[in-house]
Amino acid sequence: MKIIVCVKQVPDTSGKVAVNPDGTLDRASMQTITNPDDLNAVEAALKLKDETGCKVIVVTMGPPPAAGMLRELMARGADEGILVSAREFGGSDTYATSQILAAAVNRIGVESDDIVMCGRQAIDGDTAQVGPQIAEKLHLPQVTYAADIQKTGDTVTVKRMLEDGYMTIKVKTPCLLTCIKELNAPRYMSVGGIFEAYGKPLATYDYETLKDDPLIDPSTIGLKGSPTNILTSFTPPLKGAGVMLEGADKETCEKLAGLLSAKHII
Amino acid sequence: MDFELTREQELIRRMTREFTENEVKPIAAETDRTCAYPRETIDQLFRYGIMGMSVPQEYGGAGADDLSSAIAIEELSKACASTGDIVATHNGLCCGPIIQNGTEEQKQKYLRMLTTGGKLGAFCLTEPDAGSDASKCTTVAKPEGDHYVLNGSKIFITNGYAAEVFVVFAMTDPSQGTRGISAFIVENTFPGFSVGKHEEKMGLHGSPTAEIVFTDCIVPRENLLGKEGKGFKIAMQTLDGGRIGIAAQGLGLAEGAMEEAVAYTKGRVQFGRPIAKFQNTQFLFADMAVSIEAGRLLTYQAAIRKTKGQSFTKEAAMAKLFTSEAAMQITTKSLQMFGGYGYTKDFPMERMMRDAKITEIYEGTSEIQRVVISNHIL
Repeated sequence: MKIIVCVKQVPDTSGKVAVNPDGTLDRASMQTITNPDDLNAVEAALKLKDETGCKVIVVTMGPPPAAGMLRELMARGADEGILVSAREFGGSDTYATSQILAAAVNRIGVESDDIVMCGRQAIDGDTAQVGPQIAEKLHLPQVTYAADIQKTGDTVTVKRMLEDGYMTIKVKTPCLLTCIKELNAPRYMSVGGIFEAYGKPLATYDYETLKDDPLIDPSTIGLKGSPTNILTSFTPPLKGAGVMLEGADKETCEKLAGLLSAKHII
Repeated sequence: MDFELTREQELIRRMTREFTENEVKPIAAETDRTCAYPRETIDQLFRYGIMGMSVPQEYGGAGADDLSSAIAIEELSKACASTGDIVATHNGLCCGPIIQNGTEEQKQKYLRMLTTGGKLGAFCLTEPDAGSDASKCTTVAKPEGDHYVLNGSKIFITNGYAAEVFVVFAMTDPSQGTRGISAFIVENTFPGFSVGKHEEKMGLHGSPTAEIVFTDCIVPRENLLGKEGKGFKIAMQTLDGGRIGIAAQGLGLAEGAMEEAVAYTKGRVQFGRPIAKFQNTQFLFADMAVSIEAGRLLTYQAAIRKTKGQSFTKEAAMAKLFTSEAAMQITTKSLQMFGGYGYTKDFPMERMMRDAKITEIYEGTSEIQRVVISNHIL
């Protein structure tokens, strides 16, 4: 059994967000972090590793410095890292990215008792599309928004957290799960893990490595293969502070109704 | 000369910084207010391998180098000097002498307890009449059959009432002066061991300081650390290494105080502009930054020399002297920038200033550091 976790290095939006003149993110001038939801996916994988002794492989697509993030994840306990990196892959949108990551997962190989995990969504794009698209391209059953994961034999029981409640789904392996922050509290790197991290295997999959996969076609990868194009990015204008009304009495309710009516909301 | 940290040292910094931000900083003020030993934090630090990080892998540690260890203490001390102190004492003063002087059996037993076993360690040297002059120690250890009998008391023992393993110094031959001192590994469960007064201190409220009392305390002969009569040498060697930890603690305190002051002065508006825009503030920060950088270079140099097996006594004393005095000055000046707010417990400055003071006193006062340094000159 092994768990393949797809992770993304994203700009640290808790610091200053830098934007290029063309409206795209100035990633080079911003600190990077591992996408928070992806850390929950890695933690879920490491917990299953603690229980079963399975192998955990972390995979990312990005420029060469993303290898540093993979080493950090190995310092948390992951066993191997795969960096998917090539000029041909640059500029990929979610469709093209999932195409490439699916090819990378194919290359690693998905066996009958394996699980692929992803974070729900990345904080830079917030699309939540890559995980589900990888599942579709690999023809794997998928369960999204996992808030609890239990594995017994070849059955994985997943509690999905939705806006209006929970849904529990049982799925057979191999499968793909997308994870949310409510799933767990990610562990930190450990000192022992740090001193082992650089001795663990880290492979780079470039275009040559993946080009024979049927999913890799110049028309479906990179900027050219991306159906989505960003026209502009901008910081939304700040809204006013808003008005807070407290109390459940008639007078407060009438005041609320008056305010809503004045704005033609009711 | 290479000033770059290794990849592992960079990760140690990232890890301890993240841990400190999430786990230590949020409870630092409460720890200070309640004087509570931060047990959960320390348990986590055991889990993540910070406690006993320099212990070789075969005895349960990570085999980390001394600079990695210093970086961890520096980062923890930015938010909570008590936590930094607990770690520095455990790693430098308890694990350190056992790594250096322990027999294979002692290492297998005690270093495992002090790493994967989750047991906290302490170091018992100071006595009421033997402070800077450790040679005047009056705790005695008398050999009887297969054990030693210890009698006496030790004061100001960091980790005192939370620790379970103690490196203790006692006279086995009072007629020999410092050559009559021996070192022992003592467990808190040994008959005749007890914890005395819990000290109420000006600062470092989360660091559990206590008197340790030995009343006909039975210590097995196999717990003699090093040879009989070599205790004073072990103590001095240990303090050399421990000073790197306290230098790192002072460095962290200074950095933490300056970070707080930078953030505050950017937001505090007086006379129509943030006080960071006044040249007085800017010049103070420039001086602080120079002190911090100089202290960092001294501390890291001492740590690197220790790992390389080079002499480091003078360098460790210089680092400890410089960073502890810098910590005192920088916390004081940072508090001043906060004005009246800095004097209240609503901000961390008064805690940091109180915590900084001890770094000029323990593990060798500033005066003793000057003695050590001048002995290398004259």
